[in-house]
Formats: sequence, C-alpha cells, structure tokens
Amino acid sequence: MTDKKVVVSVKDVHKTYTETKVPVKALRGVTLEIKQGEFTAIVGPSGSGKTTLLNIIGGLDRPTSGEILVDGTDLSQLSDNKLIDFRKTHIGFVFQSYNLIPVLTAKENVEFVMLLQNVAQQKRDQRTKELMEAVGLGDRMHNRPSELSGGQQQRVAVARALAPKPAFVLADEPTANLDSASTANLLDIMSRLNQQEGMTFVFSTHDQRVIDRARRVITIEDGKVLSDIRK
Amino acid sequence: MKQIFTLASRNIWRNKRRTFITAGSILFAVFFAVAISSIQKGTWDHMVDSIVHYHFGYAQIHKSGYWDDKSLDNAFDPEPVTKILSDEKDIRQLVPRIESFALASSGQYTKGGMVIGIDPQRESRLTKVDGRVIEGQYLLSEDEGALVAEGMADYLKISVGDTLILISQGYHGINAAGKFPVRGLVRFGSPELSKQLIYIGLEKAKWFYGTENLITTLVVDTDKPEKIEHTVKLIRKNLGDDYEALDYKEMMPDLIQAKEVDTAGSQIILMVLYLIIGFGIFGTILMMLKEREYEFGILKAIGMRTSKLNLMLWLETILLGLIGCLAGIIVAFPLVYYFYKNPIQLSGEMANAYEKFGVEPLLPASIHPSIFITQALVVFFLITVLAIYPMIKLHRLKPVEAMRG
Repeated sequence: MTDKKVVVSVKDVHKTYTETKVPVKALRGVTLEIKQGEFTAIVGPSGSGKTTLLNIIGGLDRPTSGEILVDGTDLSQLSDNKLIDFRKTHIGFVFQSYNLIPVLTAKENVEFVMLLQNVAQQKRDQRTKELMEAVGLGDRMHNRPSELSGGQQQRVAVARALAPKPAFVLADEPTANLDSASTANLLDIMSRLNQQEGMTFVFSTHDQRVIDRARRVITIEDGKVLSDIRK
Repeated sequence: MKQIFTLASRNIWRNKRRTFITAGSILFAVFFAVAISSIQKGTWDHMVDSIVHYHFGYAQIHKSGYWDDKSLDNAFDPEPVTKILSDEKDIRQLVPRIESFALASSGQYTKGGMVIGIDPQRESRLTKVDGRVIEGQYLLSEDEGALVAEGMADYLKISVGDTLILISQGYHGINAAGKFPVRGLVRFGSPELSKQLIYIGLEKAKWFYGTENLITTLVVDTDKPEKIEHTVKLIRKNLGDDYEALDYKEMMPDLIQAKEVDTAGSQIILMVLYLIIGFGIFGTILMMLKEREYEFGILKAIGMRTSKLNLMLWLETILLGLIGCLAGIIVAFPLVYYFYKNPIQLSGEMANAYEKFGVEPLLPASIHPSIFITQALVVFFLITVLAIYPMIKLHRLKPVEAMRG
C-alpha cells in the first residue's frame, strides 16, 4: 500500500463548534492519510467526531485549524463556490437516507452530477448504463425513487456517487436504514467496485457488518484517533 | 438549463394540493385584475374614442387663440397650412370645418344649435358621419342643403325635404341668415350632440357666415393615433406661432384627468389585491423551503451551485405563477369578450353623466392585449421579488446543517 497515491491527507485538524453556549471541541488534532484503493471504516461512539471528520474530509464543513488535502488540493484555500465544484468532480457521497432526488428517475439521478459537469449526452448515457448495471439495477433505470426499495435506492445512490469518477467515495452510515440482505448486497457491490476498479471508499459506521468487511478501521473517540488498524 | 427546468417543472407537482391552492389564488387575483382593468380601459377608451371620432379628431389646427376664444373672427386661410404640411407622412388628410352657432328655426319652433360647415367627402372619411344618416341622404359636395341631428329635428318637428332657417352672426359681425333644405337626418349615440348638431356644406357655410375662403378648424386625420403627440409637435414646429395645434388630450384635459384619477384609484385596489396574493405565494415559498431544506443540502453537497438552486426555485415559482396567471386569463377572457361584444347599457343618472360628456352611455370591456400582458408582468415581477428571500436563505444554507435537519 505504501506506493499508492495519497487521496486524502488530514494534518492536525481541529474543529470547535462555537454556536453552542459552551464551545464543543469535536476534533482535537486528527492526523491521518487515506490512499487510493483503500476500503476504510471510521468508527466510534456517537459524539466521537467521526461524522465531523467525514464532513471535513468531504469539504462539507471547514476545520477550525489544520490542513486538509484532497487529491493534492488544499480545501481551506477554496471559496464556497470552488468547493462546491470540487466536490462535484472529486468526491462521491452516499448518505444514510439514500437522498435521491424524488422527482427524477434512477437513471436521471445517476446522470445528475454529470449534467452539472456538462458531460456530453452519449458519454452520460454510456456511463449511467454501466453504473446501473454494476449496482444490479440495469432494469430499473426508469423507476423513480418511490418505486424502489431502500436497498435499491442506496445502490442508485452509490451509482450516483461514482458517476463523476471521483477520487474517493464518502459514505455516511450507508447501511443504517437497510435490512441484512440489502446490507450484504450493497457491501458486495462496493467491495467489488473497490477491488476490481480500485475505487477508494471511506465509511463512517456503527454497523459491525461494514466494519468486518473494511480493510482498515480507524477508531475515533473524543475527537482523536484512538486506533488505526489495517487488516 | 434543461435539467433545471425539468427539475422545477416536476417539483411543482410534488405537492399537487398546494400547487392547486397557490395557482388558484393567483387565478383569482388575475381574474379580478383582468375584469376590472378590461372594463375600465374599455369604458375610457370608448369615451375618448367617441369624443375623438364623433367630432374632435385626434388633433386640430386653428388660428392662434381660437381655442380660448371660439369666434369666427379667428378664422384663417387653410391654403398655406395645407401646403406646409403636405409632406407630413403621419397626416392622412386635413379636414376643413367652419364651426359656429346659429338659431335654427322651422315653423313656430326655434332652437340654438351648432352649425358646422363640412367638406362632405373628407368629413365622412374622418368621422364616418355618412354612416349615421337614418333618413334621407348624406350631403353631396357643393350641397346647398343641411343634415340635421335627430334630436334637433324632433324638436323643430322637421323631416327630410322641409326647409330649415338659420340665423346667426357671421364674420366680423355681419348678419347671417339662410334657408337650407333638409337633405337627411343623422343619429348620434350621444343625446347631447343629437340635440344641437347641424351640418351644412363647407362652401355654403362660407357664404352663410361670410368668411369667404376662411375656415375655423383643420382637423388632423391620422393612421397613427398613438403617435399623435409627436405629430402635433412637428406641426407646431412647421407652422410657427400664427397657428395653434392641439391634440385630443389638450382639447379634453378634464376628461383625460378624470381618466387618470380613475385609473390610479383602481391601480391601488389591484395593488392591495396582489399584495394579499403575494403573501399567499410567499407562504408557499416558505413551506417549500422548509420542507426541502434537507434536499437542498444534498444538492449543494453533491455539487449543485447556489445560483442553479436559486434558478430552480425561481423557475418553480414562476411556473406556478404562470399556471395561475394563464388560468386566470382563460377564465376571464370569455367574460370580458362577452362584455366587449355586448357592452353594459347604463341608465338613470349615470347615463345622464355620460351624455353630458357627449358619450353614449355604454360600458364596453376592452380585449386589448396590454391588459393580459400587464397581469403576466405583474405576476412575474411579484414572484421575482418574492424569490429574493429564498435566494438569501439558499445562499446561506450550509449542507451540513441542512442535512442535520
């Protein structure tokens, strides 16, 4: 793994929330690196700071201090609009509650980010088809989210996250709302994409089934990295 | 853009009931606005048109000072004026008149009336007075006879073929008296005009009033009434200070002022109506914002810029407004079209007031496109203003906070 490219570099990141009466220190000097092709789970109890870390890595939140480099770009140097554009092209997101756009079909949801990137229609169609087939939903392209099960929606969300060929995919508790079969199915898909295509996945999770499949487990507690175990 | 439009058009049908309620309130506002504006514009246009087409024309040229002192002594020779203005493209024709008053008599009845000398052919092109002949025939050129308005004829108990005696004071105080065979009777919608108008041929009028080749008025006939103010300016510039040129607004300042006051009054009523509807639309926008805060957070997270989000939300509200606006126009159009074809007939004191202005007592509706376009523009403007608030909210929206709920 040592010769692989560093996708995410977190250096001495602190995050303190000051909106509350008493300032809350969510992260207290986190330093870590994630390399291309890793299948990493960030775990920890509620309030440990794992979601904050994930948000900061994903450019959804800014650290109070410290440095975040994603694919070599220092996120703290980007304006809000540049950060939105950076997320669009470099980071894929899978959220806990699927979060598909309800008025678009599965196909349209997957190609949505590519449309924002002005990708040509032929390329969009081809990529969407590939991804929908990769997540086993080639026959559900024209269904709206409300016509899909939770597991199917989350698979569409994975396909959407992969559409712009991001540097890595961030998944925040992706299996929290899924039954066992759907969880296993989703993990199989992500694992296959990781092994066959080298896609980097970073999860925050409580789910033991996800932790068992991860090849690296970073444990966060009280805003610090408690352990970092590679299997 | 297509993608944003697709999203917006589908989003408005996510909550059908709310869409129908909001569009319904806009429909209500547009319906009333169209109905009020249409009747108001129709009524005023009818009033102005009546006065302009029955008699005044869109503009008139006189010797300087005539309008303040309508005396035959202020008559002028039209030849130089006609020559100077012969190249003006916006003037279709100049219609000469001699306008004064005389006592009209037949048998034992006598009544004061307005006796106007006209060029029958040119006058018929301007006021279409030949189409108002209800008995007998219209004047021929060089005619020696008279056309008498129906009300005047009734009073004098005369009809076609009878002789009308006119007595007046002519140019520079000379005696004016003459006999005129009645060629025809004319009907005016305005009872006021019907009671006093008598037309005689222009040449006969010159003889009667002793003006020789002088006239009192040149009416400006134009194909482009909307440009009349500009045309009048050109006429003034060309003719200099010896003559006065007045457009219909200057000739009827009281009427135009009354129109403006009335229009301003109803604009205030419509503004209040739109304000109420505006709050309704704003409520819908607030609900949409609150309900979809999470979704907006996701869209921002996955790379949709705030400007595109704003555009989407603005398009949603514009589409909503468009549906309501179109529905309002569709519902209102048959109604205003009916009243355009079948004007409301006034009676009683209201009718008397109209007749005093020399206007038929009718309330027609107008179907001028500006009425409908104005409503669409008002709704568009209203929604664009209302969209400022969600724009600010979306600009400040942080994906992490929005997704936290």
